[in-house]
Amino acid sequence: MSLTDLLYQIFGNQPWVDLIASLISIFTISTFLLLIVIFLIWLERKVIARMQDRIGPNRVGGRYGALQTVADVLKLLTKEQITPSGADYLIYNVAPILTVMAALLVWAVMPFAPGLIGVDLNVGIFYILSVSSVSVVTVLLAGWGSNNKYALLGGFRAVAQLVSYEVPMILALLVPIILARTMSTVGIIEAQSIPYLFMVPLAAVIFFISALAETGRTPFDLLEADSEIVAGFHIEYSGMKFGMFFLAEFIGTLFMSGLFAVVFMGGWNVPIINLILTFFGAQPVNFAEMGVLGTIIGLGVFFFKMFFVYMIFIWIRGTWPRVRVDQILNFNWKLLVPITLVMILVVAVLDKLIPPGTNELVRASLHLASNILIVFVTLEILRRNGRRRRMQAVQAGTELEEIETGAHDIAEAAHAH
Amino acid sequence: MIPLSWYLLVAAALFCIGLYGVFARRNAVAILMAIELMLNAVNINLVAFWRYVTPEESTGMAWAVFVLTVAAAEAAVGLALVISVYRNRDSVVADDLDLMKN
Amino acid sequence: MFEQILFVLLTIITLGSAIVVVTHRNLFHAALALMVSFAGVAGFYITLDAGFLAAAQLLVYIGAISILIIFAIMMTRRLMQATEQPFNSQRGLSIVGALASLVIMALVIAQYWPIAPNSEVPMASKTILEDAILQGSVAELGRSFVNVDAFVVPFELASVLLLAALVGAILVAWPKTEDQT
Repeated sequence: MSLTDLLYQIFGNQPWVDLIASLISIFTISTFLLLIVIFLIWLERKVIARMQDRIGPNRVGGRYGALQTVADVLKLLTKEQITPSGADYLIYNVAPILTVMAALLVWAVMPFAPGLIGVDLNVGIFYILSVSSVSVVTVLLAGWGSNNKYALLGGFRAVAQLVSYEVPMILALLVPIILARTMSTVGIIEAQSIPYLFMVPLAAVIFFISALAETGRTPFDLLEADSEIVAGFHIEYSGMKFGMFFLAEFIGTLFMSGLFAVVFMGGWNVPIINLILTFFGAQPVNFAEMGVLGTIIGLGVFFFKMFFVYMIFIWIRGTWPRVRVDQILNFNWKLLVPITLVMILVVAVLDKLIPPGTNELVRASLHLASNILIVFVTLEILRRNGRRRRMQAVQAGTELEEIETGAHDIAEAAHAH
Repeated sequence: MIPLSWYLLVAAALFCIGLYGVFARRNAVAILMAIELMLNAVNINLVAFWRYVTPEESTGMAWAVFVLTVAAAEAAVGLALVISVYRNRDSVVADDLDLMKN
Repeated sequence: MFEQILFVLLTIITLGSAIVVVTHRNLFHAALALMVSFAGVAGFYITLDAGFLAAAQLLVYIGAISILIIFAIMMTRRLMQATEQPFNSQRGLSIVGALASLVIMALVIAQYWPIAPNSEVPMASKTILEDAILQGSVAELGRSFVNVDAFVVPFELASVLLLAALVGAILVAWPKTEDQT
């Protein structure tokens, strides 16, 4: 029972009904997102504060500081917008707009509930990836348009990280596409009789890590490392323009957690119920056929899963330190990309070898076994590699850390002079 | 109700704008940008013909994907060459790169 | 009716930003206009029911090639760049040449595929595709890439070409000595 069907019933089958339905859904999704950021910022501040053994905002709007974000938004709106001299007018002003635009555009294919989706593209996941890559260019434009060397350097670093981590994200998202035989988000939800989190956990972990890097969250937040380069590429933005970047980051994080819930955790479906019901011989329940009640239940389940993953994002931010920029790129190109490529190969070959009629549990356990095998082999290779280099360090008479960061070579070269 | 010729006209216009850019611009990077416009025009042409003539087969779309791929590879190599030339000659103006002339 | 309005709008966006690309003095603004033009072309692909190609266009052109072009502009600038002329001495001749080729192409097009949008002319409107074909077009494309009778050889050659371009671009742009970075 989607919005379009409802409007068809009211207005009849005319060509502008589609347009009205699209406009209503665009309006609803955008307004919902822009308003929920208020809740998200408050949630993050409170949760991180509790993790750091303090209280967080508790003055504005009652004992729990509920209106703190509203006060922050008012502050940002009334701040003076200082444009740096020599800044390119067009590029400086277009960059924050483009960032928010790209962050909002991806929500068109997020399936909130059965029947509640912006548009069910048959290339949904591919559309998400392409619009996410548009937001990379805006970082560069922001860094350049500020007419500031340090903003430019921050922009370069940010683009290096974002472009590098797109590769494992795309490859890790390919694994559920291979398993579900479709790129449509609704199709992936319906193909998960067992959530892909339990079927290919390695793909889920790799996607989670690259989502952390793509949205610029800790531990990969050198995009805006507050203690290092003073806000990176958006140093020169003040007032609501900075608010736009801030907004885009939170909307992007919520989207990545929603995408993880959809692609790896079963979206608005609860596959466990169907498994238990078929095990006991009863009829499986399908939310898509249950009308309005099914929509409401599906919506609740989806929101629960999305916020569950979002809390994990916040948890990681409150707990882990920041990774250094060369370590980030090393980790990506030397570990994540090879392991993801091997995983895609194994999953594709295995899925082709499994005859089409087998039980879903058998298929799931075979994929799980192959993933665990890949993880074991990788850890074994890393272990032997680390042991070999530690032996080299012991023979050279220094610590391993010095050899890794090249301090040993510098010290040797200094001694030789 | 859009005839095929409209798409072909748009592609032709985009191609001619790119052609003008290749001939008339001095900066090598600007010339490469105009070449990308020409490749896009070719792609629009291909996809329009595919949609209007044989939409059930995937030949046209596959060909357009290959053109996209080759354009990406060529842009990468071309820009790397431009950067390397700038490092050696300190100029990317196409008129200044005339070492092989006469 | 909506289709035609949408088409005219897309045409204005694409061709307008293309003209800005080839005429603007500031290269950075030209690169921005190039991105708008790419987005307009992606819009054309969507009206032609090639959704996969539109997303690929966004991903490859705007997400990657535009960044390359902006990096190349940044790395090849000199201080006096803004006062340089954008056009060389062939400007007048090339306007004449481009307009002439546009006129010739338009005449050829109008002869074989008439321009008026009524339904008696050949190729006047798109054939209505069934939903099944539209939904399965990406899978069909994927199958044609690995089918031995179809496009597996160009597919493999394209991947070798991309590998060669990757290695070649890195080698060409590698700084030779330390003071070249």
